[in-house]
Amino acid sequence: MSEILNEVVQQEEDTQKGKFLTFLVGKEEYGIEIKYVTEIIGGIQAITEVPEVPEYVKGIINLRGKIIPVMDVNLRFKKEARDYNDRTCIIVIDIDELSVGLIVDNVAEVISISDADIVPPPDARAGFHNRYIKGIGKIGNEVKLILDCQRLLSTENLEDLKYIN
Amino acid sequence: MDKSLSKEPMLEMFIFENLQLLEQLEQTILAHEKERCLENAVINEIFRIMHTIKGSAAMMMYDSISSLAHAIEDLFFYIREFHPDEMDYSKICDMVLDGIDFIKNEIGKLEQDQEADGDSSPFVENIEQYLLLIKEASANSNLINEAAARPAGLQKKFYISTSKSPPTENIKRYHALIYFTPGCEMENIRAFNLVHKLKDQAEQIDYLPADIIENNDSVEFIRENGFAVIFTTHLQQEAINELFMKEAFIDSLDLRVMEDEEWEIEQLRARNQIILEDEEPTISNNRAKETGANLHSGGSRQSLINVNVDKLDRLMDMVGELVISETMVALNPDLTTATRLDNFHKATRQHRKIINELQDIVMSIRMVPLTMTFHKMNRIVRDMSKKQNKNVELVIRGEETEVDKKIIEHLSDPIMHLIRNAIDHGIESPEKRAGLGKSPIAQVYLEAKSEGGDVYIILRDDGAGLDKEKILERARARGLIQKPDSNLSDGEIFSTILLPGFSTCDEISEFSGRGVGMDVVLKNIEAIGGTVLVDSAPGQGTTISLKIPLTLAIINGMRVKVGNSIYIIPITSIKESFKAQRGDVIVDPNGKEMIMVRGECYPVLRLHKKYQVKSALEDISKGIIVIVQNDSGSICLFVDALLGEQQVVVKALPKFIGKIAGISACTLLGDGRACLIIDVANLINPSKS
Repeated sequence: MSEILNEVVQQEEDTQKGKFLTFLVGKEEYGIEIKYVTEIIGGIQAITEVPEVPEYVKGIINLRGKIIPVMDVNLRFKKEARDYNDRTCIIVIDIDELSVGLIVDNVAEVISISDADIVPPPDARAGFHNRYIKGIGKIGNEVKLILDCQRLLSTENLEDLKYIN
Repeated sequence: MDKSLSKEPMLEMFIFENLQLLEQLEQTILAHEKERCLENAVINEIFRIMHTIKGSAAMMMYDSISSLAHAIEDLFFYIREFHPDEMDYSKICDMVLDGIDFIKNEIGKLEQDQEADGDSSPFVENIEQYLLLIKEASANSNLINEAAARPAGLQKKFYISTSKSPPTENIKRYHALIYFTPGCEMENIRAFNLVHKLKDQAEQIDYLPADIIENNDSVEFIRENGFAVIFTTHLQQEAINELFMKEAFIDSLDLRVMEDEEWEIEQLRARNQIILEDEEPTISNNRAKETGANLHSGGSRQSLINVNVDKLDRLMDMVGELVISETMVALNPDLTTATRLDNFHKATRQHRKIINELQDIVMSIRMVPLTMTFHKMNRIVRDMSKKQNKNVELVIRGEETEVDKKIIEHLSDPIMHLIRNAIDHGIESPEKRAGLGKSPIAQVYLEAKSEGGDVYIILRDDGAGLDKEKILERARARGLIQKPDSNLSDGEIFSTILLPGFSTCDEISEFSGRGVGMDVVLKNIEAIGGTVLVDSAPGQGTTISLKIPLTLAIINGMRVKVGNSIYIIPITSIKESFKAQRGDVIVDPNGKEMIMVRGECYPVLRLHKKYQVKSALEDISKGIIVIVQNDSGSICLFVDALLGEQQVVVKALPKFIGKIAGISACTLLGDGRACLIIDVANLINPSKS
């Protein structure tokens, strides 16, 4: 029985493999693996602010009875805050039973990038220090930055920042 | 995916079913140990449960469990078949309980995804030895019995009658043949009723037809042949006559005294069919063997299903959402453009009513009676009193009181602690009790009752009580009390035993003061928002009351506005609220604000500062002051405005955000906004949590 289950899971993974949801944050186009994405909320709903959290954690929202935290990806990348408009979206991702909403400027599309087209980011020693980037995907002439969701949500990080704050 | 869901369904079922069976078995055994006899029904039940466990454990390849279950099954098979006279009930109960503990332990391991690797062979050996022992013993007595050459049918006792069977001289046996008034209908129910009445006065009641309730044909039989009852009683014939004739619709009654032999024959005749109704539904031996396992547990089976708590939580979330979406529909801004909305409002009112009812039902699903928790204590009392050679009886009251499932999980440990303490320190030894003129059997009362939104769990013992002087002395030595004696109430003194500093002291157990782990009790109860009260009278015992909220999931809250944010303050912690003048505020050199209310000074905490809320009111005279309090003190909270009272469903903060000082949880408001619930205890005393 477990074999069948495994097969089903595998199939599901197969259909999701190599697919990325791309979105805009500032000028850059980023991609995250589609398997993490549970849904996209168009438009910004009321966000309840929460005290004593890093600035990029904007607060909590009510997602159909479930309370999830939302973070502003702009702020997470230490960029300037941008005003929210009607193109602003919340991408809800689910990693290890942890649901988090990512506020992004604009959701673009779902694309396929084969493994061969993904190259690792330049070494940090070369002056590249966005540690949330897992790789860089090439689509024709365009380049998408592929996010490391785990890193993005790592709570140790959140705690570090709490200290600084 | 949820962990409990990801477990293999077979294993999950195995764990669930067997734990339930074991629980049932433990209850049965404890209940019957007191009576020092095992009825056939009980023996059958144990046999059946062990058989089931053996089967399922063998199927899941847990050999140690199945071999142990097999041994117990063997033992009870022998008891069931041969009814040996030489039985040490207490020993049998011990062995079965040990076995239950072992299996429970193994299943506990499985539950935590560990291997069930315990070795049951010592238990098995023990049981097998005992079985041999009683086999030998009864082989001897069988010989004697055979020598007496009594008819075999009479030797077997069909049931062990309960409490009232003192063989007195003037007990007589009667045979009554009753005809009901023709056309009165429902003869079988009337007959049953009659038997039921008779039970108070008589014993060893048999009747023909025996299956009056179950079998509809019995009505016909009674109409034609009458309803025959045989029984023994100490009452005189006239008294019985009177008893029967008081019943409605009795046409004729033929009552006569029976001779012994005739009695036996009649009794046997009756027992060829279904027999006796005793305190619990007991079924005769012959029949039970034929009809198999399912009948005799009749009383304990309820029409219950077991549901995963996660599913319930999801259901509650959905209902919460429904409430919110209903508000969104009913208060939709588009409606303002419409002219006539009478019918719409009528429909939404109806809609809201239904949703409210639905919400109530969902909440009530989460409520669970305390029965299981309370009955678990029987075992502890039994084990403790055996170990300490004290004769203790646990009296349980109000076990049907219902409490939220989440709270029940937190109650078991504190109650267990309190009971252990009561027996260990409170109850005196039997000799001492005799010396004091107390009943040799000590009593521990465990009572639950609900009052308003709270549930009280009261644990009372009739032991020695607390020694006020010694507690006071100890508390002073440890620096737990600062006030002068004259200012201390008894309650305050007794409450010091709950403090952590008090319990770590070894010398405590010398006198009757409770010690070990009382701070654990306090912590557990406080964690679920409850309080602990201690009261005691020297020589008469100690009463410990736990006051706990009915549910954790819903609280009454006051919505307060701070800037653009809304916070919830639990109503229970609000003492009062008032408008302050600018001049009322005193500022100390450190810039800390204070306010004087009726001669008492309270610190002021501006919530907008604490929670870094922008655009809140700064002027203290424009906003409002809310005084909140808990056990450790009071504090003034400065907020912009009070918005109103509301019942809110408490939800945990997302894991990602973690714990935030001053915020206990969050909730959803009617308009769908998430909103934070203020942790009053933390605001009053940040160092404590």
